[in-house]
Amino acid sequence: MPELDRIRNFSIVAHIDHGKSTLADRILELTETLSEREMREQVLDTMELERERGITIKAQAVRVTWKGYELNLIDTPGHVDFTYEVSRALQACEGALLLVDAAQGIQAQTLANAYLAIENGLEIIPVVNKIDLPQADPDATSGELADLVGETPERVLRISAKTGEGVEAVLDALVERIPPPQGDPAGPPRALVFDSAYDQYRGVVAFVRAVDGSFSTRQELKAMAAGTRFEAEELGFFSPDRRPTPTLAAGEVGYVITGLKDVSRLRVGDTITSARGGAAKPLPGYKDVKPTVFAGLYPTDSDDYPELRDALEKLKLNDASLFYEPETSQALGFGFRCGFLGLLHMEIVRERLEREFDLDLLVTAPNVAYRVLTKAGQEVEVHSPADMPRELDRVDEPYIRAATIVPKDYVGTVMELNNERRGRFHHMEYLSEERVMLAYDLPLAEVVYDYYDQLKSRTKGYASFDYDVLGFEEGDLVRLDVLLAGESVDALSLVVHRSNAHSRGKALVERLRDEIPRQLFDVPVQAAIGSRVVARETIRAKRKDVLAKCYGGDVTRKRKLLERQKKGKKRMKQVGQVEVPQEAFLAVLNLDGDKR
Amino acid sequence: MISVDGVRHLYVHLPFCAHRCGYCDFVTLVGRHEAHAGYADALLRELELECGALATPVETVFVGGGTPTFTEPGALARLLAALPAADEVTVEANPETVTPGLSELLHDSGVTRISLGAQSFQPHLLSVLERRAGPDDVRRAFYLLRDAGFDNISLDLIYGIPGQSTADLERDLREALVLEPEHLSCYELEAKPGTRFTHAWGEELARQAEAMEGYFEVVVEQLVGAGYRWYETANFCRAGCQARHNLGYWLGRDYLGLGIGAVSTVRGLRWRNSPRLAAYVFALAEGRRPPREFEELDGATRTRERLMLGLRLDEPVPLGEVASALDEEALVRMEGLGLVERRGDGLALTPQGRFVGGGVTAELFTEIPAKKYN
Repeated sequence: MPELDRIRNFSIVAHIDHGKSTLADRILELTETLSEREMREQVLDTMELERERGITIKAQAVRVTWKGYELNLIDTPGHVDFTYEVSRALQACEGALLLVDAAQGIQAQTLANAYLAIENGLEIIPVVNKIDLPQADPDATSGELADLVGETPERVLRISAKTGEGVEAVLDALVERIPPPQGDPAGPPRALVFDSAYDQYRGVVAFVRAVDGSFSTRQELKAMAAGTRFEAEELGFFSPDRRPTPTLAAGEVGYVITGLKDVSRLRVGDTITSARGGAAKPLPGYKDVKPTVFAGLYPTDSDDYPELRDALEKLKLNDASLFYEPETSQALGFGFRCGFLGLLHMEIVRERLEREFDLDLLVTAPNVAYRVLTKAGQEVEVHSPADMPRELDRVDEPYIRAATIVPKDYVGTVMELNNERRGRFHHMEYLSEERVMLAYDLPLAEVVYDYYDQLKSRTKGYASFDYDVLGFEEGDLVRLDVLLAGESVDALSLVVHRSNAHSRGKALVERLRDEIPRQLFDVPVQAAIGSRVVARETIRAKRKDVLAKCYGGDVTRKRKLLERQKKGKKRMKQVGQVEVPQEAFLAVLNLDGDKR
Repeated sequence: MISVDGVRHLYVHLPFCAHRCGYCDFVTLVGRHEAHAGYADALLRELELECGALATPVETVFVGGGTPTFTEPGALARLLAALPAADEVTVEANPETVTPGLSELLHDSGVTRISLGAQSFQPHLLSVLERRAGPDDVRRAFYLLRDAGFDNISLDLIYGIPGQSTADLERDLREALVLEPEHLSCYELEAKPGTRFTHAWGEELARQAEAMEGYFEVVVEQLVGAGYRWYETANFCRAGCQARHNLGYWLGRDYLGLGIGAVSTVRGLRWRNSPRLAAYVFALAEGRRPPREFEELDGATRTRERLMLGLRLDEPVPLGEVASALDEEALVRMEGLGLVERRGDGLALTPQGRFVGGGVTAELFTEIPAKKYN
């Protein structure tokens, strides 16, 4: 067991495609954790192991040895939606490599995570990667990086993870610049859970950073925030395959197999200690993260509802931040209202449900969480426009601080977009002569509605965007209802800013007019705030619907025609007098439909 | 012998045509003059085999096609002579086949009513329909029939023809009214899938669909305005001149159909003769019934048909006969919308409801139990 001062814990902060995994691979090779030849064999061994033991969990932390030092590389989720998870992972480290592509420079996401690392008091080692690329501009990128972290450009490392150039210097810098972990090796054991995963055979696997004392196999443990008790069935680390070990000591990073059947009982950020004679105080920083983006998830085929429920249950085992509750929609039947940390999180959940659980899903256009003060003086959190009271005293909506990095020619374009979206300018910063970072405060609801697509198309794909949730602010928001033949359709209600009510309402009723087939009578389609109609269209009644001729030879065929017509009606949703085909709802509610 | 509970309506199918019109999906045979006589013999044998089911006397006979008047005159005369006498004997005729001789033959054979396939009076529309007769043929045929003594003539018109404007339609109706027929049948053109016509005109029709939406209203307005009674969805008549044979179908009565492809419905059993001429003629030559497809109509199905057919008429269908096929909730809804109304102890579509009668009927049907589809 190494002394604390022989341990270095670090993570790599990088934008997607800036070379994080390539650098990790090079580190594994250089430290002889894995030779190129072994890599293949190891992969095979791991797969064998997975088959035998059912361990399907990917390493979240890898231990390597370099010049007598134990280095733990801790992986972080890549997106701001998981800010909290990222911050826990960073809390398990004393330092971070800030890796930036020499050809692309700093991206908004890099910025957000770099700030997080700095806030967590980490030693930042700036690294410019891909210096071998012809279009690389290492000098400019080094300049941007040095400014960002407050270093001199000379201290910025220049490497090519692909060729291996400069990677040894990175390893040396890790040892030299990052401080060893602090902690009390003799005290009651405390470990921070910085990530967790669920293995179907062995239950919850917690990825931990031991801070004080030491843990051993078979020890009775407890999670301090959740109050959950469990036994350490197995302790170990990844190098890069799973290596069980009898103990995990202060300063070390590893995993604990808990046998728990539910990740919510051992959440990221919680502190593990021994069940008897454990620590009195948990490690700081545990917080119950609240989802800010909500959407309805419905099985395309209503028969799949039980499968969807099971899949969400399983996913929740692996993703404690996922929130869901059963929801019944007039339009879509039985499904779930799900809460996500952000749009990306929503995309990930949807993709996993479809790919890993083979479900065909309908995802409604997302909305944000609202905090409402009702006329009765009650404070409620509303997750669905259908639940928004029509009469209320005040409603608060989540705001974000958005950072957008664009080439300077697009500054005006982004400002215009943000102004349209009720944005408030915060500040602007030149990252280099060419690139500008714009900080705006925006209602999250405006970002959730078609913002990314707009940003992308208006800046021709050059913008990089990221955000942090600031908190809730009062908004002049109204519930916009859709009425079909005077009957309100809950499933189609929206919460919009008063100034947008007319245009959103108009778009919505026009869409419905085109999607709902003509009925036996005129159907007014209205968008209304309370009793005030803000937009109206009419679906004109069918003028004829008859079977032209019907004589002795036609009776059977005509009867079957009408019987089929009757059966077809069964598939429609009856909204008051109006029959609405599923497709019409989909066109309005579907996330994909919304993008079209 | 008088048999009152026998079948009162007899249909006879004469499938031969000079030419097959593009939109037609009836059982028809082009030409085949050599087969006419043999087919007439087969028909008469089938009549012999089935006549036990017929009431004496039958109430109506309807000779349809095909083009019955295209049938070789000798065979036609022999057939008409052998058919049982009835109060109403209708023969379908195509204008170009009507000659003074034919008119006389028909009249002398006891035919009381002629249904003349005019379809349109516009040359360009007739050519789209691939009809052989021109507008003048229609008028000439009509007057020849009048001259021969027919006082009950029906004209068939088709609307919704590709390229037909509202003015074209109004002109067609005026031309028809000038002839003062006792009866008019007006059908919207059905582009049936798989026909040559749909292949050629389907897209054009889809484009015109919206413009032609009001044509049905124009037809009803003009004919009712001219004093005709809109007694069935697609049929109009002078007082007392309903097609009694067809009325039999709409009142849910049993009927016997002879000939290839002909359908019969007798006491809950429906059958369709094989549409194949050779198989039909061969079987009957051997004294056997032709190959048939059977369909058993259970009580619920019969009631549904009764509702579907009954609601086509302007007179109410007795509620007692259709109650079990009616979805009460839908009935209230349709009544609320003013599409259907109770009259006495009967149910009828309102004038507004008659334009959307198919949709209303489908609404009114009770849940149809899922059953194996054949």
